[in-house]
Amino acid sequence: MNKVISSAEEAIKDIQDNAVLMLGGFGLCGIPENCIAALVKNGIKNLTCISNNAGVDDFGIGLMLKQKQVRKMISSYVGENAEFERQLLSGELEVELIPQGTLATRCLAAGYGMPAIFTPAGVGTEVASGKETREFNGKEYLMEYAFEADFAIVKAWKGDTDGNLVYKETARNFNPLMAMAGKITIAEVEELVPAGKLDPNNIHTPGIYVHRIFQGLSYEKRIEQLTIRKNV
Amino acid sequence: MALTKEQIAQRIAKELRDGYYVNLGIGIPTLVANYIPDGMNVVLQSENGLLGMGPFPYEGEEDPDLINAGKQTITTVPGSAFFDSAMSFGMIRAGKVDLTVLGAMEVSEEGDIANWKIPGKMVKGMGGAMDLVASAKNIIVAMMHSNPKGESKLLPKCTLPLTGVKCVKKIVSDIAVLDVTPEGFKLLERAPGVSVDEIRLKTAGKLIIEGEIPEMTF
Repeated sequence: MNKVISSAEEAIKDIQDNAVLMLGGFGLCGIPENCIAALVKNGIKNLTCISNNAGVDDFGIGLMLKQKQVRKMISSYVGENAEFERQLLSGELEVELIPQGTLATRCLAAGYGMPAIFTPAGVGTEVASGKETREFNGKEYLMEYAFEADFAIVKAWKGDTDGNLVYKETARNFNPLMAMAGKITIAEVEELVPAGKLDPNNIHTPGIYVHRIFQGLSYEKRIEQLTIRKNV
Repeated sequence: MALTKEQIAQRIAKELRDGYYVNLGIGIPTLVANYIPDGMNVVLQSENGLLGMGPFPYEGEEDPDLINAGKQTITTVPGSAFFDSAMSFGMIRAGKVDLTVLGAMEVSEEGDIANWKIPGKMVKGMGGAMDLVASAKNIIVAMMHSNPKGESKLLPKCTLPLTGVKCVKKIVSDIAVLDVTPEGFKLLERAPGVSVDEIRLKTAGKLIIEGEIPEMTF
């Protein structure tokens, strides 16, 4: 078992045009920066990207949008990105907007081996259009399918050579869910340590879900909304 | 005088109770955190994966890995916990969050809410709003009573795509506090100096007025 690879370029080298990708992160927090840079560099196209957000104009998935590498986005919130909105309104980009909890739980279901979930989110709205519903205890629920993704690309704080992952603070968000859901899961980490160095009591993603792992060259960790408190 | 956004938040804070777990949406709802009464233990949930959200950090202490659902830098309070997005919406769906406060573009007299899309103009997405309104036990909407054109946002039926149906329990607007009842909007309080007639004029949906309507206190 050798999951450790040398670079982001090597991690994504077999991702082909038309692939379905999951990308972890919430806003710009906890996004796989190094893999996104490598995807931008190698220029593969017609991608379907499942990610809560679409980055901003000049960072995150926004960089892939700018190069028109993305055919379809599946997200819950896509504000803060002018180029995204332009491509959407012009019809160049297909977008499926789904409730955030539904997005998270469809990843979870994939990682838990469950084909579908029932959720009340979106009942009575256009999200429910064409979907099977079922009543439990007098309340209506939508049936939502588990996601299928060719590759899940996630970012963790620390990882070990067996693929075990630990996330930091709110940079956890969708990362452990997507890590469970990819046919092939690629993890980039800030610090890669030998197996045995992480506390087994505190592993967030067990290595069984992770196929490839590498330490990212550097992390910009851009802040989207710097908000500070005034000194009193 | 119509309330400022800060005053709307201040009035909503009076609905908080000791021990509540509360989710505050983006915009006016976020300001409610500034008015939690001293000595009251209220735990703020941020749906990107945190219970125990604290105030914004001091300059130089910001941490890019620590943000709220509005992507703002934040801090944690003692006793906080991090978790993933599925667990976050799991606790919301399971009814563990006591109170949800969110903004709205429109609310109907039946308690329907629209706040995520203006067809052809604005397509930012629903984020966690649909999950929250579908499951929260108690939903308070913080909103302006009228849009910038002066048209009522409290309607018989919503005209914009819905976020959720029959879910809003209470509205705190810049001129009134109202309960959403099976019969319509029930006027509870008016902003200081705002007349019942003005509220009637600015409410397009069915408005129920019973007895004397007191002014809000803070």
